[in-house]
Amino acid sequence: MTFSPQLEAKFAKLLTSYPPGRQRSAMVPMLLFAQDEVGAITQEVIEEIGRRLNVFPLQVEEVLSYYSMLHRKPLGKSHVQICTNISCLLTGGAELWEHACRKLGIGHKEVTADGSVSLEEVECIGACSWAPAMQVNYDFHHKVTFEKLDQILEDCGKSNAL
Amino acid sequence: MLYNEPSPLETKVLTRRFGLPNSASIDTYLANDGYKAFEKALHMPWKDIIEEIKISNLRGRGGAGFPTGMKWSFVPRDSPKPKYIVVNGDESEPGTCKDRILIENDPHQLIEGVLIAALAVNAHAGYIYIRGEYRYLIDIVDKAIAEAYDRGYLGKNLRGTDFHFDCYTQTGAGAYEVGEESALLESLEGKRGIPRIRPPFPAVAGAFQCPTVLNNVETFCATPAIIRDGGAAFAALGTPKNGGTRLFCLSGHVNKPGVYELPMGFPLMRMINEVGGGVRGGKKLKAVIPGGSSCPVLKAEECDVLMDYDSLAKAKSMLGSGGVVIMDEDTCMVKALLRIMRFYAHESCGWCIPCREGTAWLRKLLTRFHEGLGTTRDINLIGDLAKNMLGRTFCPLGDAAAMPTISIVEKFREEFEAHVNRECPYERKLVAA
Repeated sequence: MTFSPQLEAKFAKLLTSYPPGRQRSAMVPMLLFAQDEVGAITQEVIEEIGRRLNVFPLQVEEVLSYYSMLHRKPLGKSHVQICTNISCLLTGGAELWEHACRKLGIGHKEVTADGSVSLEEVECIGACSWAPAMQVNYDFHHKVTFEKLDQILEDCGKSNAL
Repeated sequence: MLYNEPSPLETKVLTRRFGLPNSASIDTYLANDGYKAFEKALHMPWKDIIEEIKISNLRGRGGAGFPTGMKWSFVPRDSPKPKYIVVNGDESEPGTCKDRILIENDPHQLIEGVLIAALAVNAHAGYIYIRGEYRYLIDIVDKAIAEAYDRGYLGKNLRGTDFHFDCYTQTGAGAYEVGEESALLESLEGKRGIPRIRPPFPAVAGAFQCPTVLNNVETFCATPAIIRDGGAAFAALGTPKNGGTRLFCLSGHVNKPGVYELPMGFPLMRMINEVGGGVRGGKKLKAVIPGGSSCPVLKAEECDVLMDYDSLAKAKSMLGSGGVVIMDEDTCMVKALLRIMRFYAHESCGWCIPCREGTAWLRKLLTRFHEGLGTTRDINLIGDLAKNMLGRTFCPLGDAAAMPTISIVEKFREEFEAHVNRECPYERKLVAA
């Protein structure tokens, strides 16, 4: 299995970042970066990364099952993550979460039928002072209101239609 | 980018370059005293660097508050093994968002802090570990690292000496537990983020089983100012044994939430009323979490306290990670605790039983309570369960779940009693309002 030249360059650089014999250290970054490109950690990705790091596929699975951002199944093109942890809870995060569920007709870790949007209720994303907060893929949105959320969800639909 | 207006009450040391045009670029950094501390440290005996850090009374900004100079002095400098510097940027403590803006606005300050630590312990490689959700920060730090190589602040023969240092970024992929130092090292080595049994501590056997200095982002960011202006000047900003300033993240029911750099020992009530503009909507204050969700909560009448490690310890709470969460009179403490417990149950790595079973059991009990199905017996059970977790886990996650639980059940017992066999009294109040 090969990845894009950009990702291959990233991997090559990563593998020189550690002391000799410690290449396994690249596992978590490689899994996350591969997922960003492929869309999910497929069996093929697991085997390829295992091969490159000289570990068994089972050892790769052991690691990937631990981290909440790594997943075996593809998410929506726009992965909408709404924080409901304490600072967001106090400022309306839970209500935003319910609003998004109703609007999209899906729940936690579910994907819309057309595969364009997925939802996840996430733990603290480090935007507490600008709560309530959410992320769409890696982009942060601060001080989210119902109107802002509607606009964000609408934009997700539009960008995926292109 | 700054996400909130600064306050005139701030003492800007670590954030002094925030808001300058291109504050993340090396040109802005160099034009504003950047890398001067590193140049100075290059010609200081290593013992003097550690001594300056000790004099500054800098204490770990990740949460534990361990004296940084002492931590650095534990590294066996003459060990034949290579030494490493590891930056903990896995900021995930609910209520905390300071490392994010420190990296975003001034990544070179962090790199300079890493270089100073490297000189102190004779290390030649460092890893800046950043949580996966902060992906854009990886790009910012990678760019800063490239600039530093370009200008001769990273690489070989730095500033005409024989000192050499390489610096790398490492991303996480979603795990609160990895913010615990030994779990972070496991993650850095490509494994599940499960804590290690200590001793040996990272200073002796850390990254790749080699001596390692591991500190929080904010701790490293404080060291350039200490070396540049002297440890005594930094110490003088704070209170005895609590040197310098720290970044406080105000959130919750406050008029002006934001991240503010204030001297250690700043009074909590002034922080809420003068820096934060008071409780939102003119409501009364009910409770404050002073340092991230793992800290015991303070009732409004207990908030007449100075924000430093020792004053908060005296008030039976903790300064923690600087996440100050403000809750007004309409907050349901059962609901707040339930949300906190859902978090810890989700994040428990499952390695040790008191934490794995305890957090899940508490989550179930609190869910039942919040749904109006709790009994008076359950109130004691919640407290007893949490007390049985305290101090019985390999890492502080079990304590982090137990401490807010014990304090909320003790201080707000009447709210639990009000929930017995009925719906949440606060939800109704909110609807009525």
